[in-house]
Amino acid sequence: MKRVYLDYAATTPCDPEVIKAIEPYFFDKFGNPSSIHAEGQEAKKAIEDSRQTLATFLGAKPEEIIFTSGGTESNNFAIEGVAFALQNKGNHIITTAIEHHAVAEPAKFLEKRGFKVTFVGVDKYGLVDLIDIKQAITDKTILISVMHANNEIGTIQPIEEIGKIARESDIYFHSDAVQTVGHIPVNVNELGVDLLSLSAHKFYGPKGIGALYIRKGTRIERFLHGGDQERGRRASTHNTPGIVGLAKAIEICQSKMTDETKFQVLLRDRIIKGIQDKISEVYLNGHPTKRLPNNVNFSIKYIEGESILLNLDMLGIAASTGSACTSSSLEPSHVLLAIGLSPEIAHGSLRLTLGRWIEEQDIDYLLEHLPVVVEKLRAMSPLYEKK
Amino acid sequence: MKKERVVVAMSGGVDSSVAAALLKKQDWEVIGITMCFNLPDSSGRRPTCCGIQGIEDARSVAHKLGIRHYVLNLQKVLFKKVIEDFCLEYLKGRTPNPCIRCNQYIKFDALLKKALSLGAKYLATGHYARIRKTQNYLLQKARDIKKDQSYFLYRLRQGQLRHILFPLGDYTKDEVRRLARDFDLPTAQKLASQEICFLPNTDYRGFLKTRIATDIKPGLIIDKEGNILGQHKGIPFYTIGQRQGLGIAKGYPLYVTKIEVKTNRIFVGKKEDVFKKEFLVKTPHFIAKPEKNKIALGVRIRYNHQEASAKLRIYKNKIKIEFSKSQFAITPGQSAVFYDKNIVIGGGIIDKVLD
Repeated sequence: MKRVYLDYAATTPCDPEVIKAIEPYFFDKFGNPSSIHAEGQEAKKAIEDSRQTLATFLGAKPEEIIFTSGGTESNNFAIEGVAFALQNKGNHIITTAIEHHAVAEPAKFLEKRGFKVTFVGVDKYGLVDLIDIKQAITDKTILISVMHANNEIGTIQPIEEIGKIARESDIYFHSDAVQTVGHIPVNVNELGVDLLSLSAHKFYGPKGIGALYIRKGTRIERFLHGGDQERGRRASTHNTPGIVGLAKAIEICQSKMTDETKFQVLLRDRIIKGIQDKISEVYLNGHPTKRLPNNVNFSIKYIEGESILLNLDMLGIAASTGSACTSSSLEPSHVLLAIGLSPEIAHGSLRLTLGRWIEEQDIDYLLEHLPVVVEKLRAMSPLYEKK
Repeated sequence: MKKERVVVAMSGGVDSSVAAALLKKQDWEVIGITMCFNLPDSSGRRPTCCGIQGIEDARSVAHKLGIRHYVLNLQKVLFKKVIEDFCLEYLKGRTPNPCIRCNQYIKFDALLKKALSLGAKYLATGHYARIRKTQNYLLQKARDIKKDQSYFLYRLRQGQLRHILFPLGDYTKDEVRRLARDFDLPTAQKLASQEICFLPNTDYRGFLKTRIATDIKPGLIIDKEGNILGQHKGIPFYTIGQRQGLGIAKGYPLYVTKIEVKTNRIFVGKKEDVFKKEFLVKTPHFIAKPEKNKIALGVRIRYNHQEASAKLRIYKNKIKIEFSKSQFAITPGQSAVFYDKNIVIGGGIIDKVLD
């Protein structure tokens, strides 16, 4: 059966070129980069080249890059690492109500350890208000963490401005950029961040590898205790194939970004218009323009997102209701509640995210079937009365 | 020809696994759905059928069979339709049967609607019961009379029955176990789960304590002459016919004979005092409504009760039932289910026991 994958924000396929680049590092170049011999040196070189590639892409220095196991680890590392390093200076952290669980949960963990966390709200588009951030700052504030773009509704935050506020107040600034790296330009100096998380499987790299950018001079507690890898900040034998794959993936993204963005924005806007034209009582979630090129998120009244999802799956279309990490929980998305949707409407949300291998006819297929599914489900819904 | 679609409710147990395997073999397009209720797990205890382990087991069976598998969270409707009622009934001095309500409101309502919305023609479960199409749909006991679960299904309506399949109705439990091995299902060796799925470790008293503790008040235990024999810990912790846990020593074994909510008292007596003949049921429901208002049928007053013959007198909203021989522990809150040989005629909830 034909499959149309519209869930690139959950994860992306690994680019075949990335797979090719990784392959030698399983058998031919298997060495432990911490070993002194030739095999070790060969692996070490691959890692340092990769680090340079990623650093260049981010506008950072190679020594400011720490490889991790992915976005969740990077976020945990950044938030807990800074909190524990600065606990004598202050105990207050500012973040937002729409962060991914990988930021919100470590923040809540710290709350139980005596830290205070302010979760700043957002407007109906999911945008953080700079004034709210400013007002939340106290003399105990040690960290501000705001995601670059939201994984559910795609809204892109004014990171540069928040960065300036953080700098003026001499507070560390972290951004979870898992949804943006590889998709839109990310430069740590332009954004003004001290820490930034990214994950390779969101940009056509392998799963299980990510990185944390840590600006030179940032005080941070080490995360994994063990050997001296990553300048003693993160122990564990390097994941050489993963690191090589991450770098290759970012290289490809860099070379294709302009074209991909253009094409995805085109398709994205076609989906948005198509859904608005063909289905009544739908609401676009997220900001109309300050949004990721590949993100569409709609609330479709009177029906549950889950039912739409399963029906689409059986028609060969892979979509999502929001975050894949919470797909078995019943609670309506905290992001949709934060932008002011009622729980009932939040339940009827559908996220479609585009990527490298989407073609025009995939969108035709979606726009042909989605209205039929919605119509059918609404006919069965006790909440819906035909107008 | 395009295959017809059927959803199988897969708990992860042997029965629903075999049900799915049988349908797959009969060339249906089978979709497995496991309901998830996110219930608190009492730590370290063995997982209940609807727990995380159940989901993992169902998934591994679905993978083995090569069928789609989804997990649906139906926690809200379980709380609203089953668990709240469960607690409330105990507070009213009754002993509810949540499995009946679960079939009525969760499996064959909320889940059935999901199945239909996925374009399935039927929802199948691993119940031991049979559905026969005559002019209307009839519910019939399973071939394996020891495993028959028709008791739990008597509240189903025609609109539900026409969309239900019970693939195991013609098999015995032994045959199902053998089939599980023949199909090489990963759950073939699993033990049967008999407990109520949302009660950790079958401890209903502990469960009630966590949910309605403040509504539970101690009171007096008395005998039928009105003598005070002791104190009870709260009406919800007792059921008719209960012998254990009364904390009273007399020359002979004592049984709970009656629970009186109004006065918060529990009556106890000898075993023979627990045997009664006549009672009323409320909210009657018929799958095959008898033409006459007076009729003799077989009646079961709880799942593991040996069906006994009785005379029924059917009124509009209630039914008066008189057993030919007295029966042990006719318990308000439990369901009385009426049978004409193998056919489920209907049933109702036991409301009042007549002296």
